[in-house]
Amino acid sequence: MSSPKAIQMILARQLASCVATPILLVDVDGTLIFYNEPAEEILNQRFEETGEIPADEWHRYVTVADENREPLPPDERPMRAALLSRQPVSRRMWSKHAGGPWRQIQVTALPVIGEGDHLLGVMNIFWVVE
Amino acid sequence: MKVALWGTRGSLPTPGLDTSGYGGNTSCVAVHGDDGTLLVLDAGTGIRGLGMTVGAVSRIDILLTHLHMDHIQGLGFFAPLYRPGLEVNIWGPVSTKLSLRTRLMRYLSPPLFPVRLSELPCALTLHEVPGEDMRIGEFHVEAALICHPGPTVGYRITDARGRVVTYLPDHEPALGAGPFPSMPCEWTSGGLLASQSDLLIHDSQYTAHEYRDRIGWGHSSFAHVIEFGNLTGTRHLVPFHHDPGHSDADLDRLMEEAIAEVPPKCRVTAGREGTVFQI
Repeated sequence: MSSPKAIQMILARQLASCVATPILLVDVDGTLIFYNEPAEEILNQRFEETGEIPADEWHRYVTVADENREPLPPDERPMRAALLSRQPVSRRMWSKHAGGPWRQIQVTALPVIGEGDHLLGVMNIFWVVE
Repeated sequence: MKVALWGTRGSLPTPGLDTSGYGGNTSCVAVHGDDGTLLVLDAGTGIRGLGMTVGAVSRIDILLTHLHMDHIQGLGFFAPLYRPGLEVNIWGPVSTKLSLRTRLMRYLSPPLFPVRLSELPCALTLHEVPGEDMRIGEFHVEAALICHPGPTVGYRITDARGRVVTYLPDHEPALGAGPFPSMPCEWTSGGLLASQSDLLIHDSQYTAHEYRDRIGWGHSSFAHVIEFGNLTGTRHLVPFHHDPGHSDADLDRLMEEAIAEVPPKCRVTAGREGTVFQI
């Protein structure tokens, strides 16, 4: 059994399961605790098969770069930046999974903050830029 | 521990001949510890009758799941609140902006009620949940937010012998879950709170047909509550928070139909005012 989930993250997963926009949910440790079907294409993985993926593991599934396709330091990635700053972070960048093509994406990382100003995780929403 | 049901109705007090069997008072449950500890779960209109029976005690703890009217309407009529110096602790959820005191004062102040919280002669302390687990007498109490409109918690109460009662009177774990249940306990609202309970008191306000028209209102169908009991490994399930529109005859029939549709893996006893469970 994985770790207990706060109701805010349960509801976030339910929302993610019902929308066509790719969404990744990570907890405060950076563990990828859920990604919806549209996001499976970005990771080239299926949640039903992987389940939760530890922070140091799921980053191997996808390579990200800045707008100039230069490597993006971890702290400048929207998810990490949102965790650190506790503020929404949005930026355009490039991503590719192993063997896949580069795709330009817009990522918005929204920190999920519960009662008592308690940070619970981050909801990462992706838009593929045509 | 002993668990007594003083109010089992949801939404609105529903007195009358056709509801006298299951009762018309709104949510209130008393949990008595072997050491004399008294926990009062919610302050619906059932709390008035409970208050008439409370003898000499030095402390009472009232655990509110949320502040909808049917869960606090009886609070001002709980006689022990008027005992000078009696230690009374009220535990309840905050909103993201307002304190528990401010939220309670909206009801317990004129013009809705003549007595203000600050005017009560008991020694009243308010505590906001969820937070750290609580130790109240012999009980270990856990509170967690659950799926219901507005800040709402459920309570898991463990006695000195490890017996567990979980109280989720207003709860819609099926909201957005697709076919329910489709997730493991930790991904289900209230799932871990209720896990392996000896007694689970849970919302069962609607029929399946009624639920379809009231998705998002924060309540469960009879079938949902049995599924939830099965999912959590509950040993004794008490469907609770009956809809004001359901008569005694309706509840008997609806429970039978739900049990036929979803075979429960545990004992099921529909919540009836006056019932006492010895755990």
